[in-house]
Amino acid sequence: MSAGAQSAIDEFLEQEQHKELLRFTTAGSVDDGKSTLIGRLLYDSKGVYEDQLASVKKASVNRSAGPIDFSLLTDGLKAEREQGITIDVAYRYFTTPKRKFIIADTPGHEQYTRNMATGASTAQLAIVLVDARKGVLPQSRRHAFIASLLAIPHVVVAVNKMDLVEYSEEVFDRICRDFREFARDLHLKNVYFLPISALEGDNVVSNSPRTPWYRGGSLLHILETVPIDLNFGEDMRFPVQYVVRPTLDFRGYAGQVASGVIQRGDAVMVLPSGRTSKVKSIVTFDGNLAEAYAPQSVTVCLEDEVDISRGDMLVKPSRMPHVSRRFEATVVWMASQPMNVDQPYLVKHTSHQVRAQITRLHHRVSIDDLSKIPAERLELNEIGVVSVETHRPLFFDPYTSNRTTGAFILIDPVSNLTVGAGMIAERAEREDRKRGGLAGVEFERSRLTAAERWERAGHRPVTIWLTARTEVAYLLERELFDRGCMVHVIADDVESHLLPELAKLSSAAGLITICTSASDEQAERERARDLVGSDQFFDIDPQSLSTKDIDAKDQIAKLLEARGIIRPDDRGIGGDGI
Amino acid sequence: MSAVAEAISPRTLTHLRALEAESIHIIREVAAEFAKPVMLYSIGKDSSVMLRLAQKAFYPGPIPFPLLHIDTSFKFREMIEFRDKYPASIGAELFVYRNEEAIADGANPYKLGTQKCCGFLKTRALLDGLAKYGFDAAFGGARRDEEKSRAKERIYSFRDAYGQWDPKNQRPELWNIYNARIDKGETIRVFPLSNWTELDVWQYIHLEDIPIVPLYYAKERPMVVRGESLLPIENDPPLMPGEKPQMVMSRMRSLGCTPCTGAIRSNADTMPKIIEELFLMRRSERENRIIDHDQEGSMELKKREGYF
Ligand SMILES: Nc1nc2c(ncn2[C@@H]2O[C@H](COP(=O)(O)OP(=O)(O)O)[C@@H](O)[C@H]2O)c(=O)[nH]1
Repeated sequence: MSAGAQSAIDEFLEQEQHKELLRFTTAGSVDDGKSTLIGRLLYDSKGVYEDQLASVKKASVNRSAGPIDFSLLTDGLKAEREQGITIDVAYRYFTTPKRKFIIADTPGHEQYTRNMATGASTAQLAIVLVDARKGVLPQSRRHAFIASLLAIPHVVVAVNKMDLVEYSEEVFDRICRDFREFARDLHLKNVYFLPISALEGDNVVSNSPRTPWYRGGSLLHILETVPIDLNFGEDMRFPVQYVVRPTLDFRGYAGQVASGVIQRGDAVMVLPSGRTSKVKSIVTFDGNLAEAYAPQSVTVCLEDEVDISRGDMLVKPSRMPHVSRRFEATVVWMASQPMNVDQPYLVKHTSHQVRAQITRLHHRVSIDDLSKIPAERLELNEIGVVSVETHRPLFFDPYTSNRTTGAFILIDPVSNLTVGAGMIAERAEREDRKRGGLAGVEFERSRLTAAERWERAGHRPVTIWLTARTEVAYLLERELFDRGCMVHVIADDVESHLLPELAKLSSAAGLITICTSASDEQAERERARDLVGSDQFFDIDPQSLSTKDIDAKDQIAKLLEARGIIRPDDRGIGGDGI
Repeated sequence: MSAVAEAISPRTLTHLRALEAESIHIIREVAAEFAKPVMLYSIGKDSSVMLRLAQKAFYPGPIPFPLLHIDTSFKFREMIEFRDKYPASIGAELFVYRNEEAIADGANPYKLGTQKCCGFLKTRALLDGLAKYGFDAAFGGARRDEEKSRAKERIYSFRDAYGQWDPKNQRPELWNIYNARIDKGETIRVFPLSNWTELDVWQYIHLEDIPIVPLYYAKERPMVVRGESLLPIENDPPLMPGEKPQMVMSRMRSLGCTPCTGAIRSNADTMPKIIEELFLMRRSERENRIIDHDQEGSMELKKREGYF
């Protein structure tokens, strides 16, 4: 298209192709002026935006004057509040020539922690409203706390109703000081303080002459210029959502880059298998890409035939996430049924869903002063620090360094409801060591494949689970060893919660593994079955075994023969016969 | 045009590409986690965008679920022609479902009123259609900016075994993690375009050159002029004495059933002109201080479009 032929609208559309998207959330106590502020942003920005095209077209604009009740624009929530209907996050949209905005508008009342967390989860910026006459209230602290908990990179403290305090610099300064004071422990990344009048429009869209002492930009200026960092840290994480396999020649892994950059030719590792390969191509409908970055949705093809399915993750071998079944996390409880320790839940984390248990509730966190409160359970809208144990390892990063791979939701497997939102803590690794756990061990990073080990050993590395028959275990070990097997007993003298990982370790090394648990440890047994794979797992029913140890041993050996794990006993015929 | 070339600064996405990436993520999640998804295909602009996004999500593979059109028998001829041609041309499978019983009974808006007519020919037909094939997840093209009451709609919207929206059962949605657990018989509606605005949709159609039904473009069309309204004469609407069709340069702002879709006078015969027209209409609304007029307006549209 030649420049001369370009009409105003074409120019405008061209410009529109260079706009970024900023998601932000707003929080404020009732009557702080949130609806008025949002209404004004929606309305004034519409003006700014539409005038832009109009001015390109050299059309005249007749601005009508007179007060408008801006809160009418967003009063949907108010009506509901009055009717006592559940108040929820409402999403609103506006655009300026520079950016498109999505507002997650969350009601400010104290019991709505759940909504604030929801709105904050996708936000890159939070506006915390403070009434200039009232100063920093407990509610403001809560809002700031949730913003920090959800790791929102930018927080704008908007001191509203400045018109009612005569635009006093002193009042403003005092509120800023108070806010800084309590926010010291919050690890907020970027905080902006801003004096506004939502009603009068001061410092909302443009700088106000009534606050000459204020040097910063208007709210809209801040919204239009804060850096948007969606790469969430440097480390590449690509959770596989879907395997695209239209023909035998094409096998692509579809997903959204969670963080970092993936490039053609990159060496990548597949979790959990630990297999490595190289990126052959990054495929999209619009052509192949040399690289893809968060949050692009693409399809990745690898050089090698690797078995990958949904829930797996591609990473760079030099920058591994944590691989563990145990981690600590801060959880926001979102269900009316309280959170109880040792109840089964489902954890959904990236494209992975696994069974899980909350093994410990360390304490509750007060959203007023961040103090730790001893607690037995978490009620709706409460926040607590918990230890989580999953049935299969997750691949994760601490939430503070990766808002995608550090986040998960908890689902009640009975009601199917989303009952909690979790943010994984930094301490994950230390927690594992402290507990003497093996969950962090990366079993499958070896360059040897299971098939190679199998070939060398001459048998599959099955796991045999026995309950309360230690003597049988050792007899069987001798028998199998004498028959040329690589075999290993893990007896009940280790802590039972370690049995599954040890079994996995031993079977990963290619050994036939005999586990004996002292009593019927159902949970451990199921976890072991999960870890080593059910086709490799023999759960021996104690009822079916002879009470005589030697006969019981023979029974199991016969079973293994029948299943083709070991060859029938041929020692009598060849070898050492006289 | 590749996404990289458009980026404003290195490694940031434009707003349309960010929306696109989010929608593709949603579509893939549903395809991976539900046994039998379907995409509701209304032939309109939002459906057209949704269909393009589905193509992108599984490229170079085919779209792994079918489309379902609920046909009221009152659609414009050009819509049906488009429906029968375009999805097939991109290799998508299309089912059409009609409430034949009600159609045979002569259901129409003049006799039943709009609401009842929609109830039989759209809502009932939709529920029956979903049940007939056993679909457990249905994509719809609804957007949150269409009207105030939609602002809180989830991306995954849960329906009980009777297809009813259950306010108690709606789940909080955090990050990009969607809870897809349902019991047997329950279904969900999924709205991958939740965060798109009307302007985003038009801009995307323009940017991607997505084929749409020609009715959206202005052309000389036979219309009955009644006051401010332009009534399309397809399907023989009842006319008042003396009313006669005349050729009017006009187009449809939204596509629905012929009796309930009015045309507007317009010269917008290209996509940029349509976008420009949308702007000018909004500006005049703003200048006339009709706050939110477009939202109220789209509520009407919603009714006419048969909101899924
Ligand atoms: N004087 C003054 N009043 C305001 C300002 N912002 C909001 N208000 C008024 O404060 C009241 C509550 O505002 P609203 O936006 O409904 O508060 P919300 O409950 O936080 O949404 C309304 O009467 C508004 O007109 C302001 O900047 N100055």
